[in-house]
Amino acid sequence: MNREHPPRRHFHDELDELQERLLEMAGLVEDLIGQAVGAVGQWDASAAKAVRKGDNRVDELEVEIDERVVELLALQQPVATDLRQIIATNKLSNDLERMGDHAVNIAKAAKRLRKTDPLPEVREFADMAEAARAMVSDALAAYVSRDVETARRVCLADDHVDRLRRSIFGTLLDQMTEDPKRIGGALQLLLVSQNLERIADLATNICEDIVFLVEGHSIKHGLG
Amino acid sequence: MATTYDIDVGPGAPALEVERLSVYYDRTAAIQDITLSVPGRRVIALIGPSGCGKSTLLRCFNRMNDLIRGARIEGDVRFHGRSLLAAEVDPVEVRRRIGMVFQKPNPFPKSIYDNVAFGPRVNGFEGDLDALVEHSLTQSALWDEVQDRLFDSAYALSGGQQQRLCIARTLAVRPDVLLMDEPASALDPIATQKIEELIYELKERYTIVIVTHNMYQAARVSDYTAFLYMGELVEYGPTDAIFTNPRDERTEGYVTGRFG
Repeated sequence: MNREHPPRRHFHDELDELQERLLEMAGLVEDLIGQAVGAVGQWDASAAKAVRKGDNRVDELEVEIDERVVELLALQQPVATDLRQIIATNKLSNDLERMGDHAVNIAKAAKRLRKTDPLPEVREFADMAEAARAMVSDALAAYVSRDVETARRVCLADDHVDRLRRSIFGTLLDQMTEDPKRIGGALQLLLVSQNLERIADLATNICEDIVFLVEGHSIKHGLG
Repeated sequence: MATTYDIDVGPGAPALEVERLSVYYDRTAAIQDITLSVPGRRVIALIGPSGCGKSTLLRCFNRMNDLIRGARIEGDVRFHGRSLLAAEVDPVEVRRRIGMVFQKPNPFPKSIYDNVAFGPRVNGFEGDLDALVEHSLTQSALWDEVQDRLFDSAYALSGGQQQRLCIARTLAVRPDVLLMDEPASALDPIATQKIEELIYELKERYTIVIVTHNMYQAARVSDYTAFLYMGELVEYGPTDAIFTNPRDERTEGYVTGRFG
């Protein structure tokens, strides 16, 4: 038996468990994005199934986290950091779930890409995939270490991803205009780039929530 | 009829079973036709507005209503399958197995040691009394604070420490069930938190039934919650269900603070 009796140990144990679930979810989603993006690069059709399967587990975790959040709010009356922690967890889990869905979309596009005529390489595509993935990894690392500096930097990186998406759009449009046989493949890549852009946006959301968690105020929509 | 949920009581008989229990004080029914099962090694909270019958129900678990003149009981309360209310059952033995902690700490005007040793001595305990006192005080999370002054008066302790001493005194006779009647309502928030943590630890070994006016406390500490209203059991189920999605609108009204 613990003789120290640190305050509200039972509640804080449950909060730790909630974090474990969230980190499991985060690791899984990061992995799914990697698999999906890799599948596009290698024109690999087989990844779609694996990504979808992984995403089912992500969905289960989201439901479990939702339930735990409601239970902790109802039963434990959390305040201050504990309260912000629970609210942030809830938001992160929603964002991660959406990222999982985008990874599925990307993997499906990779599968369809296999059936299309080959395209000339779109150079910015690898840059965009790398930038979006880096935003996700940095956001999750910033969450784990409560690192608001990194979080703020990730928010700024979103502009770079947006620029790459516009550039890819232009390149693909040119390719389609030059040769209509490329339309099928170019549309799939366009879809991939849109999904990557959404993933980067969600990484930004996560970083805004990290700042809220640590500093207790919002930096959304140009605030703070 | 009460709204009840499937409650997993585990193998064997539930620790406590209440069957069609009514208690009358003279002609007034304090509780009416209550049926519920209490699983072992869990915390069960009884909540409801003043006068709803929760303390009356708690007192039925260790025959405390016997002490109230004009009280009349119908129905049955069983402890591991055996009736507690039968005439041949010795209420003193019942109270040893089913201990009670009251709202106001009520240590005896004796030393800390003698408070804990009191019950075992009365029961003719022949083992190592020092070890039993230490064990009981450790279980009630008080040992570290009092081990150097066991022979000081219990009255020298703070209110929260006195309450943990009373819990140690109850544990010293090795009960199976702890009944707690508003155990923290006379304590400050930090002492209250210690009692709540203690309840969480004690449920590994004991079945705990707690009456509380503070429904947030019920939410924090209990596994199951029973909501009583005007002597009736309205809803009894897992605490998370009662506090996140109660089925009876009276429960909803009470937990959301809309009435009561």
